Amino acid sequence: MCSIWRTTPREDLRDAVALGAAMVVVGASFGALAASAHVPLLLTVAMSVFVFAGGSQFLAVAVIAAGGAPLAAVLGGLLLNLRHLPFGLAVGGFVGRSWPARLLGTHLMVDEVIAFARSRPDPVRARRAYWLLGALMFVGWNVGTLLGALAGTAVPDPSRFGMDAAFPAALLALLLPALREADAARVALLGAAAALLVTPRAPAGLPVLLALAGLVAAGRAPKDSEVMS
Amino acid sequence: MTGWAVAALAAGTYLTRLSGLLLRRRLTIPVRVRRLLDLGATALLAALVATAAFTQGGGFAGWARPAGVALGVLAAWRRVPLVVVVLVAAGGTAALRLLGVS
Repeated sequence: MCSIWRTTPREDLRDAVALGAAMVVVGASFGALAASAHVPLLLTVAMSVFVFAGGSQFLAVAVIAAGGAPLAAVLGGLLLNLRHLPFGLAVGGFVGRSWPARLLGTHLMVDEVIAFARSRPDPVRARRAYWLLGALMFVGWNVGTLLGALAGTAVPDPSRFGMDAAFPAALLALLLPALREADAARVALLGAAAALLVTPRAPAGLPVLLALAGLVAAGRAPKDSEVMS
Repeated sequence: MTGWAVAALAAGTYLTRLSGLLLRRRLTIPVRVRRLLDLGATALLAALVATAAFTQGGGFAGWARPAGVALGVLAAWRRVPLVVVVLVAAGGTAALRLLGVS
C-alpha cells in the first residue's frame, strides 16, 4: 500500500484528496442528521463503516426520522443501491483478481470512485485510482460521520457551502471524456432525461435505474468496438 | 434505526455490489455486450448527475444548485483540475444562496 503514494500521478492524488475532503463535510452532515434522529452513536458509525453508501444512509435515517418503519428504511436503501449491480458488471475489472482484493474492493464501489477510475486513460492507472479514491472516500466518510454525530446540531448545513453542487459537478466532470463518443453521449442524454422525467413519481433509486432504458439509443456496434478494453 | 436494520442494509448493499462483480467473472462477455455494460454505467452516472443536480426529495432543487454545477462543468470544459471544479461548483452555489437565490 505504501508504494501507491509514490507511483500515483500527482493529479490523481490531488483530485482524490479533494474528493475525500469533501466527503468529510457530507459525512459530518450525515452524522448530525442521525444524531438529530436519535440514532445511537455506535449504530451511526456502524452504518457508515458497513453500509458505506451515502445516499442510502441518508434515506434510511430520513425514513426513521419521519416515523417510518425500519423495514421501509432498509428496502428504500436497498432499492437506491441496486444500481451497484450493473456498476459491478461494468467496472469489476478495477478491483483486481485476488479474492482479498475482490472482497475488499467490492465495499469501496461508490459512484465517485467508479467515475474516477473510469476516467483514467489506462487500466493500471484506473486500478490505482479506484483503490486510492476508494480508501480516501471511506476514511473521509467515516471521520466525517463520527465528527458530525458527536457535534450534532453544531454542524452547519453543508448546502450553505454549496456542497450539494460539488458532487454532481465532479461526477459530470469525470464523465465528460466518455461523453465525447457519440453513442455514449446519446445514451447518457436519454438516460438522464428518463430519470428526471420519472423522479417526481417514483421512489428514490428507481429513476436512476430507469436510465438504463437510454441504452436503446446505443445504436449498432461501431466498427472499432474491438479496441474496447 | 435498529441494529438488525443496519445489518440488513449493510449485507444487502454488499451483496448487491459483489453480485455484479462476480457475475462479470463468471460470464465470458462478448465485446459488444461489454460495450453495452460500459454504456449502461455511463447512463447510470449521467442519471445520478441529473437527479442530484436538479432534484431534491422528488421536486425541483431550486436554481442555485444546477447553476453551480453548470459553472463547475464549464470549468471542467477548460480542463482545470477536478479540485477546481469542486471549488467552483460549491462556491458558485454558495454565492448564489448568499445573494438570496434558493
